Amino acid sequence: MGRFIVRRTLSAAALLFATSVVVFGIFEVIPSYNPGRAIAGRNATPQTVAIVNKKFGFNQPFYRQYLNTMKLIFTGQIVDYQDQLNVVSEFKSRFPATLSLVIPAALIWLIAAIILGSVSALRAGRFADKALMVMAIVGVSIPVFLLGAVLLYLLAYKLTIFPNTGYVSLTSNPAQWAYYLILPWFSIALLSIGFYSRVLRSNLLDMVNEDFVRTAKAKGLSQQRVFRRHVLRNSLMPILTMFGLDFATLLGGAALVTETLFNIPGVGQYEATAIGNLDVPPILVGAMFTAFFVVLFGALIDVVYALLDPRVRLTG
Amino acid sequence: MALGVPRFRRNGQGSSTGDLPTQTTQGSSTEDLPTQTTQDPSFALPEAGGVAARPEPLVGRPPAEPEGPSTVGVGPYRLAFRRLRRNKTALFFGAVFIAIVIVCVLAPVYSHDVAHIGPNVTNPTGTVNGKSVLSTSGVPIGPTFTAHYFFGADSDGRDLAVRLLYGGRTSLIIGGIATIIIIVFGTLVGLLAGYFRGVVDAVLRPLMELIWSFPPVILGVAVGTALALGGIGPIKGNSIFIPAFIIGVIYIPYLGKPIRGEVLRLREMDFVDAARVQGMHPWRIMLSEILPNATSTIIVFIPMMLATSILLEAYLSFLGAGVQAPNASWGTLISDGITYLDTTPSFALIPGAMLVLTVLSINILGDGVRDALDPRAQVKIQT
Amino acid sequence: MAERLLEVEDLQVSFATEDGVVRAVDGVTFTLDRGEVLAIVGESGSGKSVTSMTLMGLTRGPNARFAGSAKLKGKELLTASEEDLQHIRGAEIAMIFQDPISSLSPVHRIGDQIVEQIRAHDKKVSKGEAFDHAVELMERVGIPHARARARAFPHEFSGGMRQRAMIAMALSLSPSVLIADEPTTALDVTIQAQILAEVKTLKEHSDSGIIFVTHDLGVVADIADRVIVMYAGRVVEQGTLDEIFYDPQHPYTWGLLGSVTRMDRDPPKRLPSIPGLPPSLIRAPRGCHFRPRCPHEFERCAEVPPLEARVAEAPDHLDRCWLEVEDKRTRREIEGRIGLVRDAA
Repeated sequence: MGRFIVRRTLSAAALLFATSVVVFGIFEVIPSYNPGRAIAGRNATPQTVAIVNKKFGFNQPFYRQYLNTMKLIFTGQIVDYQDQLNVVSEFKSRFPATLSLVIPAALIWLIAAIILGSVSALRAGRFADKALMVMAIVGVSIPVFLLGAVLLYLLAYKLTIFPNTGYVSLTSNPAQWAYYLILPWFSIALLSIGFYSRVLRSNLLDMVNEDFVRTAKAKGLSQQRVFRRHVLRNSLMPILTMFGLDFATLLGGAALVTETLFNIPGVGQYEATAIGNLDVPPILVGAMFTAFFVVLFGALIDVVYALLDPRVRLTG
Repeated sequence: MALGVPRFRRNGQGSSTGDLPTQTTQGSSTEDLPTQTTQDPSFALPEAGGVAARPEPLVGRPPAEPEGPSTVGVGPYRLAFRRLRRNKTALFFGAVFIAIVIVCVLAPVYSHDVAHIGPNVTNPTGTVNGKSVLSTSGVPIGPTFTAHYFFGADSDGRDLAVRLLYGGRTSLIIGGIATIIIIVFGTLVGLLAGYFRGVVDAVLRPLMELIWSFPPVILGVAVGTALALGGIGPIKGNSIFIPAFIIGVIYIPYLGKPIRGEVLRLREMDFVDAARVQGMHPWRIMLSEILPNATSTIIVFIPMMLATSILLEAYLSFLGAGVQAPNASWGTLISDGITYLDTTPSFALIPGAMLVLTVLSINILGDGVRDALDPRAQVKIQT
Repeated sequence: MAERLLEVEDLQVSFATEDGVVRAVDGVTFTLDRGEVLAIVGESGSGKSVTSMTLMGLTRGPNARFAGSAKLKGKELLTASEEDLQHIRGAEIAMIFQDPISSLSPVHRIGDQIVEQIRAHDKKVSKGEAFDHAVELMERVGIPHARARARAFPHEFSGGMRQRAMIAMALSLSPSVLIADEPTTALDVTIQAQILAEVKTLKEHSDSGIIFVTHDLGVVADIADRVIVMYAGRVVEQGTLDEIFYDPQHPYTWGLLGSVTRMDRDPPKRLPSIPGLPPSLIRAPRGCHFRPRCPHEFERCAEVPPLEARVAEAPDHLDRCWLEVEDKRTRREIEGRIGLVRDAA
């Protein structure tokens, strides 16, 4: 276990390093990217641009700029180019909103997917299965902003059941918090439910043909017991892997479209704005933030794996 | 966005709705049958199981049977095609997709001969049937269902129906170009990395991992925004080739990785060894021995990548990093329309419906193709 | 006379597949008494496993069709409810599977898997009692340090030990019928002998009826009382061990016997084999299924030969071949001397 933690920490550091270099590098190699100009504004005089370039160190060689930026990030002093806001504190203050959006949405889709996937596998070929098939394939064919738009149009504008957009923090008013977030939750969850349950279904159907499941039946276990103890348990692992990574990227800001559409002040919304402005510091921090969660949840999923399957040993 | 457009990535898990075809490439000799039969008889599809691609017969085929028409000697793709022909749903949606393509290709005809207005012609003060296309507060008119402004106007008084068709053309072209890039380079990269391993793999694999480890939307938006500013080389920033190119590159690893895995497995197989022992040139082995066995994977990926590319284009355009004004795509139209969701919902929802119908058709057709190539994915069993 | 455990009458099992109907088992009839070992022999895909699994209801499914009858102590199995079958499985009929690696759940401890079976049939047994019983069973089948090993996972066992654990599991409720479906096929030769010895001990020390499914005639000679030979879904011959081994009536049987090295005869120059492969069960040949591979085929073979007694002095020795008994014996001798007419290339 100790070895596992050490190795994972090292690989996390390596990934963070690689991510930061690449993201930084992308902007360096893009010919049209001129941060000094971007900060100074489109109508700025060459003199102003030159001052800005000097102030932010844009004239320095790549590695110096990179090192400076890293230093600023890890001392928490990095500011964005657009509004000179402290990026780290901006991420800190926005993260609760992202958590509020992502955690319930993820729970909804994971639980619903396990239930629906199981039902679908048990009723393979029958109506419930076919309905789920349709839901899954529609789910992968709709962009989340469109589903969000449809939900908004129907439930917020037409029927006025839900508020249109906005966010209330959990601490200030839990009821309002949930009320405002229901549509965003379902926008994220609905599309994933179909896909996840479909993957689970196909894992279940593969598992049903495993020899040890036949043995379980031959032992005289009830169908439910065979299913729960032998089939389901062994089928959950692939979805858990998927889930870990999806959840991690969502926490890191991959919910940017939903946050933008529903005007939720999370990290994704901040990243979306920063990307639109080619504002490197928030983009960089966002990428590293995501990479951090990807590594963290990758490790967590491996631990869960090892708990579920005795054949798996934790290695770096 | 929820999970990024590409749902099929993690863990090599499945296409849109299931898993990748687990190819049967082992020459399934009849002697392999028993294990199948004993495992679960409802799975015992003698021979039919050994679908997709099969290497040259190293193992003996059963002697031709005396009676009845037989599947022996019918190529795997022919069999797959027969199965696809029986799948009416897939065929129907395939037809829907073709119809959409035709309609979008005919956009200039509609624009010129029916609507009499170009896709980028703004007409904020125009009227249709006595009503102005934009209200005084700038709200565009909804569907009129007449030749002019059939689906209403956009926020600049442009004909939405005309833009919808042109936008569809743009979306399809971007999706198509991106898919070609993905298929060509994904296959190439996968083949090279998988077959030569060593240094080639050491270079190509981390490159793929790098692209793969970013959520596609974030990567696409970042690069798209940057390139939209100044273009690359001779290509202008607002060219539709920029998003096409970005999408193509982003998804190369999504094909390259599975192909690489497939090739790694195939290169260890006896028939490849046999070719090697015969002194066949590596390129020849790759093209005539390995590639044909990976073809069904590639075929399965074509519709999947097309659907995914069109979706990613919509995401990029929604976030302003895809197709640039004044060009339209379904993504930019939805993005423009969402502002008017309250007053003119059709503005966002009609392009949305077109986008979904297109992507859905491709996905359903793609599922049909996958099932046809890998019929065991369909076999239904009771627990 | 020993108690009659199983009575199978004209059992037919077919599966609907994408490419047509597979007639996996086509008219199998046999009985099994207490204390008896019945071997079902056949090549891969001959329907022998399907037959045995059908007895436990393990072949049921939306695509499966059954006909005929299979009775356990007079109770019909084919139409039994799923609930009734649950009580029979594991308790009345238990099964040892071919591949002990994949047949044990990888994520549960061996002991727990045995406990699960015991408690599935008797909820009153406490977990501790069941576990003690599991350990006892594991000791009985020769697993050393059984108490400690019961807490291990299957991947921590060797192949032979896993199969012993499978046997322990199958024996846990002293079933009347024990089906061993190729229990030695997936094992190393030395381990095979040990497992076989285990089954023989079973035969001597329990009064279960054992169905031993195998393709290995050497094994059959070792333990079986009676033998059924199956080919492409049909029984081609059945009789006592001696009848089958010393007076085989079907060209397929004697072909099979010809491909076994025998200590009681002069070794042939080349080990003969039966040319060709079994037919597809979807498009099986008309008439006798062995016809395309049979060197003795003649016009009448286009009709399905009934399974009936043809040797006058042995009324229980049944076979499906149109040839006259004496003619067969002559042909068999010639073939035995020169190897099969069409030797495998």
